[in-house]
Amino acid sequence: MDTPQKIANGAKPWIEQAETPFIRISNLTKKFGEFTAVDNITLDIYREELFCLLGGSGCGKSTLLRMLAGFENPTSGRVEIDGQDMANVPAYARPTNMMFQSYALFPHMTVEKNVAYGLMRDGVSKSDAADQVADMLNLVQLSEFAKRKPEQLSGGQRQRVALARSLIKKPKLLLLDEPLGALDKKLREETQFELINIQESLGVTFIVVTHDQEEAMTLSTRIGVMDQGEIVQVGEPHEVYEFPQTRFVADFIGSVNIFEGRVSADATDYVRIHSQEGDCDIHVSHGVSCTENQKLWFAIRPEKLTISREKPRGKFNFVKGVIDEIAYQGNLSVYRIKLASGKIVRVTKSNRARHDGDAFSWDDNVYVSWDEAAGVVLAQ
Amino acid sequence: MSKTNGISIGRRIFNRIGTYGRSLVIGVPLWWLIIFFLIPFAVVFKISFAESLIARPPYSKLLEWKDGLMVLKLHLSNYGYLIDDDLYILAYWSSIKVAFFSTLIALLIAYPMAYYIARTTERRRGVLLMLIILPFWTSFLLRVYAWIGILKTNGIINNVLMSLGITSEPIVMMQTNFAVYVGIVYTYLPFMILPLFTNLVKLDNSLLEASADLGASPITTFFKVTLPLSMPGMIAGSMLVFIPVVGEFVIPALLGGPDTLMIGKVLWNEFFSNRDWPVASAVAIVMLVLLIVPIVLMRNAQQASAGASS
Repeated sequence: MDTPQKIANGAKPWIEQAETPFIRISNLTKKFGEFTAVDNITLDIYREELFCLLGGSGCGKSTLLRMLAGFENPTSGRVEIDGQDMANVPAYARPTNMMFQSYALFPHMTVEKNVAYGLMRDGVSKSDAADQVADMLNLVQLSEFAKRKPEQLSGGQRQRVALARSLIKKPKLLLLDEPLGALDKKLREETQFELINIQESLGVTFIVVTHDQEEAMTLSTRIGVMDQGEIVQVGEPHEVYEFPQTRFVADFIGSVNIFEGRVSADATDYVRIHSQEGDCDIHVSHGVSCTENQKLWFAIRPEKLTISREKPRGKFNFVKGVIDEIAYQGNLSVYRIKLASGKIVRVTKSNRARHDGDAFSWDDNVYVSWDEAAGVVLAQ
Repeated sequence: MSKTNGISIGRRIFNRIGTYGRSLVIGVPLWWLIIFFLIPFAVVFKISFAESLIARPPYSKLLEWKDGLMVLKLHLSNYGYLIDDDLYILAYWSSIKVAFFSTLIALLIAYPMAYYIARTTERRRGVLLMLIILPFWTSFLLRVYAWIGILKTNGIINNVLMSLGITSEPIVMMQTNFAVYVGIVYTYLPFMILPLFTNLVKLDNSLLEASADLGASPITTFFKVTLPLSMPGMIAGSMLVFIPVVGEFVIPALLGGPDTLMIGKVLWNEFFSNRDWPVASAVAIVMLVLLIVPIVLMRNAQQASAGASS
């Protein structure tokens, strides 16, 4: 294979465009009666990517995944995997495997038999299959549970059996539907890194469906954010977080403060926005294509805001308010600050000192300020 | 003081009702079984050890008081008689054979029906289940008589076949084993379909998708996933058909011929024609044992396998 550079080594084929995409989804639409679950999606995914489809429930992400697996027929549009059109290829003949949200382990078979199932269907000899199953169970650290039935395993163990079963045929593409959804937080964090290691060591392309933005950020090379059947933004985790293109994306990924305002000054290298909500003028240190008096939104993350008792210097980029609520979370504290307009601004502050004598308290009058390059201007 | 007392008395009464309620709920079916199953069974069991007499009732007493002695007379000859005479062994064997094959035929017909009902849309499912249950609203005897009308020499099937010129002579179907099988399978089919349906409707669709995803064709998926997982439904349905068919009397009596040998018919003859109640009772007891032993063995095997896996 003449892949120029491995994604695991930092290559970004979606920018370089040096290779042809591994999966090409063009104008894909799926309707259930009157309801459009997936609406005209076009998306390219590259070999060895770990691509996350992120969205709330009912956004069409699972339907999209099921169309790739062959469980749903598209109403219109096209799916190509490794240059091959999937239109008339039934699920059992596709070069994909799926890890189900419910794991869908066969309850009447042992762990071993579950994992071997795919190999047996391909006519692999018994001894060959047994070797491969043993290797795979070793990889997911389940060797000692080979003879157990799924009902005798814990949630985390079942999850690993499901992963082993879907990986044993070395699919070109592995589809994972909420793979960590049923695990508790601690186990989920451990398993995320395990999943990345396995993906990198086997070189399989992963498409993961999740509603958990933290999980998507941790796992993926790129994230596709979905809303109402459409992909609203595709990008690397830091792009989606720091440069959201819409208010939906800004709000869905992480937490954000959004000020509505109108353009008061528009120059090539800066814009100024006046916001009624914040009772402030916002100065942004880069040009934005907009017109005078146009309605815009300014989005800024809570961790990019600073709280102070003294009024900041300068005329722009601060608001005044009263601390309404403080949520202590150990590593950081979240302050909810109420502005005169009634708008609540969230500010996070990391707790660097074990004891802060000068800590802010409820009902303190404070100023919240930010750097002129810290936020994003959104037109929609 | 009084308040806490009130609470504790209230709780005590509630607990009393709780325990009484529990024993009431269990007690009703228990007493039902004791009165209407266990006692009659004990009576039959007792009669099977008696001697046939021309009297009323037509059997001897087991316990007799004679010269200050309590004498218990157990006539084991009734059971010996069953072994001596080929008729009974042949009838048992033939009944089990008929029951086995009709269960098998019913299973083969019921499975696709149950599968379809379980997999179809919810609206159609209701209608189809209704159609399966609908015959129960008509008398069972009436339905068997209807089959006589269909199968007899100048019945519906022969009339149609002859008017179409497919046969010139009527086909003899009535009073053959064929008619018995038709009647039995027809009558007992719902008892096979319903447990199979309740099993198949619970089948998780994602298991079938997982099987397809791992490269199994629909046929392989059926044999590797659907069929093994529907085993409890198949066993339940087969029990519900096999057990009553072994003792079936009405269908072979009405649809079968003189060479249809089934234990139910033999039992009826012993009881009503020969008026030999003790032998008839022995026949019934042996039939019960023949049915219960395999069921108990199977249950033990199932429990053992369930115990081994958990």
